[in-house]
Amino acid sequence: MKPVTGQKTLLSVRHLSVGYESEGKLLPAVEDVHFDLREGEVLGLVGESGCGKTTLMLSLLRLLPVAGRITRGEVRFGGQDLLDLSETEMSQVRWRDIAMIFQGAMNALNPVLPVEQQISEAIRRHDASVSAAQATRRVEELLEMVGITANRKDQYPFQFSGGMRQRVMIAMALACRPQVLIADEPTTALDVMIQAQILELLLELRERLGLAVILVTHDLGVVAEICDTVLVMYGGMTAEYSDVDRVYNHAVHPYTQNLLKAFPDLSQPNARLISIPGYPPRLDALPSGCRFSPRCPAAFERCHQETPGLYTVEEGHTARCFLVEGKV
Amino acid sequence: MSETAAVLELRNLRKLFPAGRSGIWARTSEFVHALDGVDLRLEKGEILALAGESGCGKSTLALTLMGLEKPTQGTIWFEGEDVTRQSRAGRQRLCRQIQMVFQDPYESLNPLMTIGEIVAEPLDVHRLAQNREERRGRVEKALEEAGLKPAHIFMNRLPHELSGGQRQRVVIAAALVLEPEVLLADEPVSMLDVSIRAEILNLLAELRERRGISVLLITHDLATSAYLADRVAVMYLGRIVELGETQAVLESPAHPYTQALLSVIPVPNPRKRRERIILQGQPPNPVHVPAGCRFHPRCPKVMERCRVEDPVLAAVGAGSHQAACWLVSGGGSDE
Amino acid sequence: MSAVTTTSFGTIWRSARRNWMALAGLSMLAAAVIVAVFAPLIAPYDPKADLKVSIDDIYAPPSAAHWLGTDDAGRDVLSNFIYGARVSLIVGFFASFISVFIGGTIGITAGYFGGRVENILMRITDIMLVIPDLPLAVVLVALTKPSLMNIILVIGLLGWTGTARLVRSQTLSVKERKFVLRAKAIGCGHFHILRRHIFPLVLPLLVANTVLVISLAILEESTLSFLGLADPTTLSWGQMLNFAFTRGGVSAGAWWALIMPGLGIVWVVLGCTLLGQGLEQVLNPRLEWHHLSVGPKMVARGAKEERP
Repeated sequence: MKPVTGQKTLLSVRHLSVGYESEGKLLPAVEDVHFDLREGEVLGLVGESGCGKTTLMLSLLRLLPVAGRITRGEVRFGGQDLLDLSETEMSQVRWRDIAMIFQGAMNALNPVLPVEQQISEAIRRHDASVSAAQATRRVEELLEMVGITANRKDQYPFQFSGGMRQRVMIAMALACRPQVLIADEPTTALDVMIQAQILELLLELRERLGLAVILVTHDLGVVAEICDTVLVMYGGMTAEYSDVDRVYNHAVHPYTQNLLKAFPDLSQPNARLISIPGYPPRLDALPSGCRFSPRCPAAFERCHQETPGLYTVEEGHTARCFLVEGKV
Repeated sequence: MSETAAVLELRNLRKLFPAGRSGIWARTSEFVHALDGVDLRLEKGEILALAGESGCGKSTLALTLMGLEKPTQGTIWFEGEDVTRQSRAGRQRLCRQIQMVFQDPYESLNPLMTIGEIVAEPLDVHRLAQNREERRGRVEKALEEAGLKPAHIFMNRLPHELSGGQRQRVVIAAALVLEPEVLLADEPVSMLDVSIRAEILNLLAELRERRGISVLLITHDLATSAYLADRVAVMYLGRIVELGETQAVLESPAHPYTQALLSVIPVPNPRKRRERIILQGQPPNPVHVPAGCRFHPRCPKVMERCRVEDPVLAAVGAGSHQAACWLVSGGGSDE
Repeated sequence: MSAVTTTSFGTIWRSARRNWMALAGLSMLAAAVIVAVFAPLIAPYDPKADLKVSIDDIYAPPSAAHWLGTDDAGRDVLSNFIYGARVSLIVGFFASFISVFIGGTIGITAGYFGGRVENILMRITDIMLVIPDLPLAVVLVALTKPSLMNIILVIGLLGWTGTARLVRSQTLSVKERKFVLRAKAIGCGHFHILRRHIFPLVLPLLVANTVLVISLAILEESTLSFLGLADPTTLSWGQMLNFAFTRGGVSAGAWWALIMPGLGIVWVVLGCTLLGQGLEQVLNPRLEWHHLSVGPKMVARGAKEERP
């Protein structure tokens, strides 16, 4: 699985900060996030609910809810800063270049239209020159690509199981041949066996199409199974970012370390599970200093006062923790 | 009955639901076989994990045990007494002994009731508190036992002021206040944040230690069961297909379904990426249960016999480990 | 129970304050209620007082003594109008209370128990719904003695179908929520579940609906009175219109005798409608989302990009 990742960087995010306006204040939902996505790379974006993963992804596509504001940073895609584009230009980028499968979207398919019609409408809306017949052929091709026999194209969403509906969503996302696919919790509501099928499909698609995938999830197991690189987020900030092996076996941030210990591991059934005391911070009540400091077992005085910078542990491994600063 | 102390025992439990929508005139001859002959014992003070995919019947089993669904056939025994068909009063009494923790702590609390009212509700319904002081005392005790300390600061709060983990503790407190013998936990942590799941699991383990409570942990996540359970039962299409000590089942699964299920559970270690046995499609429709072994259409090790004869649970090796597979119960050397 | 009502109605009040429709409706309705309650203090004349009438006093145009002129009996239109608010509002409140009570009970019972109970109750509702209200009301009122009580009863007993359907659908969605299942698992009886878990969550919607039903009841009362089916001794806005029409008000060109009761009806009905719709707007988006589901805004924006 390794060699698929190419060297060409597709997407490069720098200093990205996003806030939500609420009662006259701007609540920081994402702050100063960096990452790169290469061709064919599967990036795992991990964090608990409210850590800003979905906000981050929506801001890449500039699809934030009304109250959302991108306050700083750049999102480079093919030499272009997506944040500088006009809305019309941006709508060309969505779907054509970067497609997203929204969380729970498989349950938001229109129940009264056959899936073929829903996908072909999406195709023809993005490219008016496509004829109806061409669109139908493309739909058949797409369905086969995600493992659904083409003769099911005239069926309605309720005739598909959850896993199959998720495949339809993937087919729909691939309709305009994007280079980047963002999947927000694509397997959360699915059984492990169906989850395995979907993950297998994503890996296969990356191999076949050279697709780069950003997988947003809270499931550390899923990330370990299929991702090349991992971005761990906490309270809207990067906690740790590196390749999957270093994050799982040489984690330096206490949050990453403890999160791994909180996740049951079938290969080590006797290891004691720990939970991190306290709860993730709320946007309207962020702690001073490092956002993890109130729950951090290794916190010291400075952590409660200053926000740590993003320090480099070694080439390709960064973490936002004072413990790292001391080491380097 | 039994010599050992089984708190709860199910014998050949079946539950059929009429398939399809039935109007006033419609008669249906087809049935969903939600439970199709389940035999299971829950020992005193034991944590038994019941694992399986959605639609395998594990939630129906929980509802049947709670008396919220009537079994079509078979019997349920509680502490040596047949409780399958009960009068209303009998059901009320049983209700105090078997309590349930639900999957979604965001939905399972009435948003308009305070935590104090929620935890006191079971006491009021069963008229267990003599006076207000006793009521308050028992509510506070249950909250503290569920780890909400100090209890009084939670009493007047509303569910939406609490985090997911705290809400699940409230659900557990409302179950504990009746001092039940058995706790049915239906996916108690799957909706919670990863960093706080362990505290709920540890709470269940602690309750078993301290109060000798028996827990039936219903889950799709074998990794979680592995952490908590003494024994594991794997369910497929309404029947138990494998049963045994947790370690035995996880280390040497005998049923091909368990083997596949274990192989696809993601392990949070990229150095341990394994060959996954991915079963194609999904479990068959429980309206038309396949003839022979119910797993045979998806089984990678299917033999001729599997298509015709339905295997029953048979011993794997020496211990209490059992599996319903012809590879186990003999005649299955042609692998 | 007090905590329950304060929280739910507290939140509603906070959002209602920002909703101009609800606020405008509430003020309009409050004004009408104040006028009705303090009628003896506000009205310049007592409509029941004995009166010596000369020919010039009949349908006299507005003057300093009678700001809004006089009616066919030479009485002060303004005073009649102020006292008439009492009858209209009494009928509105009591009739809607009856119909909301019946509709609420039927809706909640049908929704909660389902099955055959629901089938029977909802078929009855459907039958009531297809019978045109007004002709039936006319027949019923004509058959009974014309009295205020009978009008209230007829309007109340005929107008509950909408409420029943609304409450049933709300009950259906509330009873599927997991805390109801948990209540059953605790061993709660049906009555307890209905009282503690279903009713409090249906209540806000019921309140909004009641306000709308009040306006319908007032309209219906005016219609019946206008058709001459009301007790001629009670003075309501509908009755004023009836008298003006049947006793030569139109041919006398006495617009003042017609416009005021008409405006009064429009005022109260509009107030109720604004308040009711405002409350509905406040209440309906109160769907509860939790963190694992997609927020409404996100669906809307995501879906726009995804599914044309």
